[in-house]
Amino acid sequence: MKPFASLSKAMALGLLRDRASVFFILVFPLMFLALFGALFKDAGVSRATVVQVGAVEVLDEMPPKQRAALDDVLEIDRSGNRAEALEKVRDGDADAAVWEEPGGRVQMRVSAADPVQAGNVGGVLRSIVDRASIAATGQPPAYTLTGGQVEDESLEAIQYFTPGLLGWAVAMGGVFSAALGLVNWRKKRILRRLWLAPVRAGPVICARLGVNMLLAFAQTAIFLLVATVPYYGLRLTGDWWLVIPLVACGSLAFVSVGFAIGAWAKTEDAANGLAQIVVLPMAFLSGSFFPLDAAPPWVRSISEALPLKHLVQAMQDVLTRGGSWSDALPAMGIMLLTAAVFTALAHRLFRWDAT
Amino acid sequence: MTAAISARDLRKRYGDVHAVDGVSFEVRAGEFFGLLGPNGAGKTTTLEMVEGLRRPDEGRALLLGEPSWPRNPGLLRRVGVQLQASAFFEKLTAREQIRTFASLYGVADERADAMLAEVGLAEKAGTREDRLSGGQAQRLSIACALVHDPELVFLDEPTTGLDPQARRNLWDLLRGINAAGRTVVLTTHYMDEAEVLCDRVAVMDAGRILRVGPPAELAAELEADSLEDVFLQLTGREYRE
Repeated sequence: MKPFASLSKAMALGLLRDRASVFFILVFPLMFLALFGALFKDAGVSRATVVQVGAVEVLDEMPPKQRAALDDVLEIDRSGNRAEALEKVRDGDADAAVWEEPGGRVQMRVSAADPVQAGNVGGVLRSIVDRASIAATGQPPAYTLTGGQVEDESLEAIQYFTPGLLGWAVAMGGVFSAALGLVNWRKKRILRRLWLAPVRAGPVICARLGVNMLLAFAQTAIFLLVATVPYYGLRLTGDWWLVIPLVACGSLAFVSVGFAIGAWAKTEDAANGLAQIVVLPMAFLSGSFFPLDAAPPWVRSISEALPLKHLVQAMQDVLTRGGSWSDALPAMGIMLLTAAVFTALAHRLFRWDAT
Repeated sequence: MTAAISARDLRKRYGDVHAVDGVSFEVRAGEFFGLLGPNGAGKTTTLEMVEGLRRPDEGRALLLGEPSWPRNPGLLRRVGVQLQASAFFEKLTAREQIRTFASLYGVADERADAMLAEVGLAEKAGTREDRLSGGQAQRLSIACALVHDPELVFLDEPTTGLDPQARRNLWDLLRGINAAGRTVVLTTHYMDEAEVLCDRVAVMDAGRILRVGPPAELAAELEADSLEDVFLQLTGREYRE
């Protein structure tokens, strides 16, 4: 085997046989995706709860199709006892109680605790009663409203978290494995041993980079597989495959950052600490975990200076917002620039020996 | 015939400390040469300069007729270096270690496996580096240094931490390496080892070489009973860090 291939194999085996690092690099970010995806799955305004007491004709005799549409906005519970239903509204367990009095008079009581929800429930019920009244006259309605949906520019939770957490995972995998790998090889005197073998620096660095890129692609594949299961429901848009070159450039950038950290750090503890200090705040400030739309301007300007922010943004654009080359290319440029800067820094700081 | 090693007036300073202060010696092709000295004598720095790991402040070292600094890949193919037993890739088995090192020299896997058998590790080929015994790890690291069939081999304290059986076993291995025509340079703290194995030894202290010669001649010259007494006479008895 050529030195590049055999060193890649040695690094890959070393990494995959270390359960802690497999967990840390592959499983840990995935846990966040699974957790955040589930927690924020139904984020947004929740359905209103209405307690129906006894029979209410306008609700009970609705056509099944209309009834199904109604179920999207109202959850209708039944109760035989009006006092009990009102108590639920008073306690805030339900948003409204309805019952029918003789003569087709539908009575509704809403909670004052949440005026927005009360208004919604009132509006929905009123429209149901009105429609039933018009239908009862046998006349066609004078006015009709036809609705349709537009694609929402805002993102559902999973559309947001998939690129965000994937960016974090790629950054973490790159920085940590490059930094710790370099320090470990220095400590174990493998760097010395390589210096004394007729091998150039190129294959050694490329092996590390190649292993990391494969790892990042594996992360990407696993992330997309998990996020697109129906439970999470990620919908990929047109040029989503552009995430592959983005991840490759991102991996290059963060491996360089890791090399710089590993070149500077004397011990694995120091490398670990510095990597932690770099990666975690960067992930927070790059919108990996939560959107920065509401953040103060100074936070957003720091964020603009972070490479991860641009990676996450571009991955979001191509994965879930129908973005294409024009969104991906600038981010790739920034990644390559980051790689160049930190590779130069790593080169300056590099020592093959701890003493 | 060119000397295997020719070191001329090597000097290395760290701040005010003269770690190596004008060291010259020659090792002939096929010789088994020992470099002895108490801790801090400058052995390690001398070897590092000779091997080409460090640039000498002054002087120069020729290996097999070629300067070892700057780094010269063509020369590195002809030289084998055993760095203490810890220089292994993490989590790899003995076979994977030696095959990885072999590939750096363009040596085929079959040759690597044969080398593993030669040091008696064929049965341990599938064992990970951290589960090898001290003696097995030493033999593996020697095998990794020999896998490309070098003409000149450097061994750094190869028997440190081994039990007497493992040491004797390793001595046989080292003699075999030398008998196969390779030049061997050894550092060790065990004077009996140097006495048994080395054709000539150099005794170093305070960054200089004090004496060079065959162990028996040095003992005769200083009217000492053994190389150990020679060593103590030359370098003193006080305790060192």
